Amino acid sequence: MTTWQIVVGLVALASWQALVALKILDPFFVSRPTDIARRVATWIASGTLWPHLVVTLEEALLGLVAGAALGIGLGFALARSPVAAAVFDPYIKMLNAIPRVVLAPLFLLWFGLGIWSKVALAVTLVFFVMFFSTYQGVRDASQVLIDNVRMLGATERQLVRHVLVPSALTWIFSSLHTSLGFAMVGAVVGEYLGSTRGLGYVISQAEGTFDTTGVFAGMTILGIVVVVVSAGVTRLERWLLRWKRDER
Amino acid sequence: MLQFDHVSRDFVTPSGAPYRALDDISLTIDAGAFVAIVGPSGCGKSTLLNIAAGLLSPTSGRVRVGGADLEGLNRRATYMFQQDALLPWKNVRENVALGLTLAAVARADAHARADAWLARVGLTAFAAHYPAQLSGGMRKRVTMAQNWIIDRGLMLMDEPFSALDVHTRQRMESELLDLWEGSERKTVLFVTHDLEEAIALADEVVILSAGPGSRIVARHPVPLGRPRDLMELRTDTAFVDLYRAIWAVLREEVVRSQRG
Repeated sequence: MTTWQIVVGLVALASWQALVALKILDPFFVSRPTDIARRVATWIASGTLWPHLVVTLEEALLGLVAGAALGIGLGFALARSPVAAAVFDPYIKMLNAIPRVVLAPLFLLWFGLGIWSKVALAVTLVFFVMFFSTYQGVRDASQVLIDNVRMLGATERQLVRHVLVPSALTWIFSSLHTSLGFAMVGAVVGEYLGSTRGLGYVISQAEGTFDTTGVFAGMTILGIVVVVVSAGVTRLERWLLRWKRDER
Repeated sequence: MLQFDHVSRDFVTPSGAPYRALDDISLTIDAGAFVAIVGPSGCGKSTLLNIAAGLLSPTSGRVRVGGADLEGLNRRATYMFQQDALLPWKNVRENVALGLTLAAVARADAHARADAWLARVGLTAFAAHYPAQLSGGMRKRVTMAQNWIIDRGLMLMDEPFSALDVHTRQRMESELLDLWEGSERKTVLFVTHDLEEAIALADEVVILSAGPGSRIVARHPVPLGRPRDLMELRTDTAFVDLYRAIWAVLREEVVRSQRG
């Protein structure tokens, strides 16, 4: 599997490089893989990358944690209370339909140019993904399991702990991967629209000088970071959902 | 021990029409008795059991448990469901200990008692397995241990073995009887659509009519001695005669349910 993953990546990069070398693509618009790799290496070697990367990761992580906590919490609450769910349903759909790019300038106004406007943007993206999947996961819990645990003497809190949380966990994890990407998007878009630090700032600076290599280098780093963090989430997921491994 | 007093239960069908599942059921089950309820499919057997468990409330009538009116869940009963009800994310030992864990019994104590039960149902080697790694029969044994460990006086069983193949099923019936006959007699209300199973296990067979509006058609005692050897019992002449007599009543209901 890993071999194939590497093959696909190499073929894509080689064709890109070849198309530029054959002058079919103009490097001014799309740069070329070797230049991008060199740029990434320079950034890492010179140490200019780290402060930006740290800021972006900090924003994304805060946004992910806060958004997930809010989404999971409200998802549980509404899944357990059909009346409240019916009341809030149209408002949640309405809020979810707001394009986040429209919100970004507002957040800059409200929370300033620092990290908090970016965290807020990441939260608005992560929250809805986590909310919808938690809500679905809790509603999806098997009625027989619920009845059985109640007959065995579970209180409402024990029911949540022993049945609903584990049952929703499968859904929560599958959306956590999506949320991770969204948290980075929130942070980077926020930085892109107004900041003095972060990967989004680096990319926006590069774009301002028509430095496509810089733009692609920024995107490359973003991609690598997401893949690495996502692998960490997968490991946590494997451990927490270990009971699933032998299911046929 | 358990008393249904003029119990009826209505449902609303998806089209909005009312549907009477149970009609005026009155039935008293003595402490320590093993009573089987048989009837054609769709006759409201499970509804009756759910009412006894307190998972459903009757539309009219009352349920009494040990002389007191039942309100909310029946805390003196365990319930063995037709479907698998083990928690897939807990291993076998944790599943058996679940009722104790919920009652805040210390973990070491709960696990020790679970291990003792696993030994009784022959699953000691599988304590650390997850339910998905077990066969259907093993899962039923874990479920029996899970219910028996909390030691309640009334056991409700809703076709617990109906999903098993015929040999595994007979083995589970034997194991159930061994457990029940070998300990202080609990009251059992056992729902099944299989008359042979009902006679083999129970002291009394109650026949429900075909729905809608199921009522009790007949109550038939099963005067077979205990302990019973289920492997031999089914060819015993007393058993065969009983089967014939009760089947004559049940047959009409089955035919009626198929016409309707």
